[in-house]
Amino acid sequence: MSAKQRKKKPAETAVKEEKKITAKLIPIYIMGKRYEVPEGLTIMKAMEYAGYILIRGCGCRGGTCGACGTVYRKPGDYKLQVALACQKTVEPDMYIAQIPFFPANRAAYDFAGLTAAPEEVFKLYPELFRCVACNSCTKTCPQGIEVMDAVSALKQGNIVEAARLTFDCIQCGLCTSRCFGELAQYHMFQLARRIYGAKIVPRAEHLAGMVKAVNEGRYDRFLDELKQAKEDELKKLYQEREVEPMTAGEDWKPKDTTYL
Amino acid sequence: MSLAYYPGCTLKTKARNLEGPAVASMEALGLKLDELPRWNCCGAVYSLAEDDLLHQVAPVRNLIRAREQGKDELVTLCAFCFNTLKRANLLMKEDAEKRNTINSFMNEEADYSGEVKVVHLLEVLRDEIGWEALSQKVKLPLRELKAAPYYGCMLLRPREIAIDSVEDPAILREFLKALGASPVDFPESTRCCGSYQIVSSPDDIPEYARPILNSALSHGAEALVLTCPLCDYNLGRAQQELVKKQSGFRKMPLFYFTQLLALALGLDPRVCNFELNHGSPESLLKEKNLLSQSESFQPIGG
Repeated sequence: MSAKQRKKKPAETAVKEEKKITAKLIPIYIMGKRYEVPEGLTIMKAMEYAGYILIRGCGCRGGTCGACGTVYRKPGDYKLQVALACQKTVEPDMYIAQIPFFPANRAAYDFAGLTAAPEEVFKLYPELFRCVACNSCTKTCPQGIEVMDAVSALKQGNIVEAARLTFDCIQCGLCTSRCFGELAQYHMFQLARRIYGAKIVPRAEHLAGMVKAVNEGRYDRFLDELKQAKEDELKKLYQEREVEPMTAGEDWKPKDTTYL
Repeated sequence: MSLAYYPGCTLKTKARNLEGPAVASMEALGLKLDELPRWNCCGAVYSLAEDDLLHQVAPVRNLIRAREQGKDELVTLCAFCFNTLKRANLLMKEDAEKRNTINSFMNEEADYSGEVKVVHLLEVLRDEIGWEALSQKVKLPLRELKAAPYYGCMLLRPREIAIDSVEDPAILREFLKALGASPVDFPESTRCCGSYQIVSSPDDIPEYARPILNSALSHGAEALVLTCPLCDYNLGRAQQELVKKQSGFRKMPLFYFTQLLALALGLDPRVCNFELNHGSPESLLKEKNLLSQSESFQPIGG
């Protein structure tokens, strides 16, 4: 590629590539400007197709990092829709804007000094009590979390329930962007899950024993065997491995117990 | 048989000594309190601004939750929650224009028009169980306990939602009689404790509390019987202040009515969470033989 070509604007490149594309083109609006993009693309890919180079607001591209929170509307529908740009495929006439980051203050705390008392959350996030139960947060969650119920759980001092309800939170911040009470929900929920994980769930007592066994070399021999195995042998072992069934009970054991 | 029950946030944190004995007592009385599986804050205080409908959303959403359970009656226990929910319910029943606005805002929920009847636990005891039947269930009569019923505001005002006569309520007096106690009437039993002035003018609260506590004492009360966590908070804190301010001021144990109910029904005193009470109730309960000598708890003071 010559230096001259490299200087071309991304949008022009997109126009050039358009000729190769056989997919049907549909109109979308990115920040109010109309683009024709191939149907079937995700919002994120459509933005790149339109010429955007994403250095923020795009992370894992797999729907788990929460970097690409996006809002959109369609003509004739007052409802605000939300999506993750990397997951949602474009639809005709979408008006799209990404909200890759939304300011929300995260309380500073010495986690080791915290207890599992509900008042810890109240003290660090007193704005919790500004919630009016308008439910805008829940309507805005691309993960389908019952955000307002989780806020309610925190107000009720139920950290376990708040942690359970927000297990799928990816901290995209869309709830926070829509909050009438100006809460920083996603930071509060993170605190709830931390307290739950570290101070409420019982410690897994058997873990220390397993770590000790690993450190003492109980499994070294098996690993060495695998390391020395030929490729064909490895493939065979992999293909014939026994997988624990989804419905297995607590007492399930593999047929071959050599490695236990 | 069970009753749909709305607890409220405070009853799950600071006022567990109001809820615990109520849940245990109602189970003992054969009318189990069945907590709504989903509920949010009641709104905390009923908004009086005509055009402030957003603050009606929280209480109405809870009433919708009760409907989702197929219930047409919702039992409340916290006096503030009772007031907020019942007034919001009245609004939804009687004001068609506001009802429409609220329903269209909450378009993710089923429409609501005031179908649920909001009641307070005292009403259940009076109207569904009855004082006579209640007194027959009493195993440990609260004999010689001179308890003054203190209503505060939220169960009696405004008139449209009052659970009893606004001017001369009898429901707590009759309740205490059924438990075998000696109720002490006093003129300040419906005087305001200062309510949410605690937030904006906390220094004024002792002056709201002083006439209430002094009057109950001068009428011969040994303890005050409460229904509201905010009354408990204000009166409890004020007592601590007044002891410092007024020489000779005598602190008085504060009980929730549900704690006395559980004791009278002969339930394990541990359901009462007495450690959360203001005014050191332990010695009075032992003096009246309502708590065995071995029982002990660490009161929070006041």
